[in-house]
Amino acid sequence: MTVAALLQVQGLRVVYGKVEAVRGIDLELSTGEITTLVGANGAGKSTTLLALSGLVKKAAGRVLFDGRDLTRMAPHRIVASGVVQVAEGRATLTTLTVRENLELGAYSRRDRGSRADDLARVFELFPVLAERANGLAGNLSGGEQQMLAIGRALMARPRLLLLDEPSMGLAPIIVQDIFRKLLEINRAGLTIFLVEQNVRQALKIAQRAYVIETGRVVLTGSGRELLDNPAVQQAYLGG
Amino acid sequence: MLAQQLVNALSLGCVYALFALGFTLIFGVLGVINLSHGAVFMVGAYAAEQAVSHLGLPLWGALIVAFAFSGVLGLVIDLLVLRPLRARNAPHLIPMIATIGVGIILTNAIQGIFGAQNIRFPEQLVSNRTISVEGIDVTALELGIILLSFMLMALLLLALKKTQLGRALRAIAESPRAAYLLGINVEGLFYLTSFVAAGLGGIAGVLIGLYSNALFPLMGKSMLEKGIAVIILGGMGDMRGALIGGLFLGLAEVLSVAYVGSSMRDAVAFGLLFLILLIRPRGLFGTLMERKV
Ligand SMILES: Nc1ncnc2c1ncn2[C@@H]1O[C@H](COP(=O)(O)OP(=O)(O)O)[C@@H](O)[C@H]1O
Ligand SMILES: [Mg+2]
Repeated sequence: MTVAALLQVQGLRVVYGKVEAVRGIDLELSTGEITTLVGANGAGKSTTLLALSGLVKKAAGRVLFDGRDLTRMAPHRIVASGVVQVAEGRATLTTLTVRENLELGAYSRRDRGSRADDLARVFELFPVLAERANGLAGNLSGGEQQMLAIGRALMARPRLLLLDEPSMGLAPIIVQDIFRKLLEINRAGLTIFLVEQNVRQALKIAQRAYVIETGRVVLTGSGRELLDNPAVQQAYLGG
Repeated sequence: MLAQQLVNALSLGCVYALFALGFTLIFGVLGVINLSHGAVFMVGAYAAEQAVSHLGLPLWGALIVAFAFSGVLGLVIDLLVLRPLRARNAPHLIPMIATIGVGIILTNAIQGIFGAQNIRFPEQLVSNRTISVEGIDVTALELGIILLSFMLMALLLLALKKTQLGRALRAIAESPRAAYLLGINVEGLFYLTSFVAAGLGGIAGVLIGLYSNALFPLMGKSMLEKGIAVIILGGMGDMRGALIGGLFLGLAEVLSVAYVGSSMRDAVAFGLLFLILLIRPRGLFGTLMERKV
């Protein structure tokens, strides 16, 4: 079975001053799948995602999303075309309420009418957000803030969800919970690109995986293949 | 007597609040202290005066002219001065210094065109009727200033609190990066903020010109100093703070004129501000959050 590529990244390079953080990487994400990019701290994962969302300049390379060229598109237009990112550290707007955060998630959409339905769906997925809806988002726990960040991204009705280390700083049991939700969201039809340092968890739920080291993709395969790969086990899964 | 002073203080404080609101809005959303705001306020007043004396516009027309003229001026300053600095990630002091320069240029230009002497709005622009309520005389001008200022401030605060646009502005104020990722056209809202804030400044310029019955090129300078004091008192970037800070400064000035003497006005008013800041160094509502990138 061949699945259409929803996102293609070709030869992406990003440079910060003298540091070349991303050194020419190619990625292909298939519609309906979870694809993961795993690697150590500082490997260039966040930089890759920020480049996809248009928040850092690309020194070279192309980004094609469903046939459209996103390479030089402004960040707000990238969101409007369906590529929505949950940033590293969750980017909670702490001075806004939980509900206001979620409503802002729908900012890029013109169809106001269905906002209430989407909000109800997010509350169904993450009931704790409904309980805390009128409280300030800054008072949520780390796990709740991650749920808020995901829920907020869903409010934009993305066609591709980019996630930057959703497991960061969370207790293992909460990570399990979040990853179960991601699977659930994916099964409902959403394509996901998951960046992680928590390599085991990420490989378990991903159909396709890339391993990045100092700005280069060094290994690719299915999640299962990489879990069984001795080099991956040695470097990322504790032997 | 005291009640009479309070009405007076309220109308003056409203103008300060209106001016400070735009000033603090720019700080909150753009993260810069725009020191050309005083000059923009002054230019708005002059534009309105010209519209009245040459086109014979009524007061409401003059206010619209001031809003539009100052607003566009604020937008142009953003495009020509603030935007290039944003694009280069210039540190905080740079836009402050650049906008001081803009203020000087505008002040000199107005002085070159209209001279340094005071000019006035025609007397018949505002009705000179007074309304007496339980022995307190309120002039039409004072009442107009209070009503218009409260209406504009309520509108702005409501928009910030209740609309999607207002939420977006608050999102930018907290974290421009988060705002970008939400699909907010951050740069576009920077322009809008510069426009609206400057426009409010222009309206404040007309109101103060009517209140003190004088326009002069340097009128923006003392207003700017007051504006800085008000937003520091209120808590930088906080709308409620600007409102209450402005009203407080008006009150302090009027009462010090009434009970201490007019030569002591600024000394007493600013002395009080200083005292409050000693007790609350972050201002009344100040959380003065470090903005996230
Ligand atoms: N804003 C920046 N300025 C300069 N260097 C940066 C910046 N952001 C990241 N880097 C550097 O780029 C490299 C990749 O960083 P990043 O993409 O954040 O890695 P990861 O997300 O995989 O941990 C690192 O060496 C990091 O120090
Ligand atoms: Mg990272």
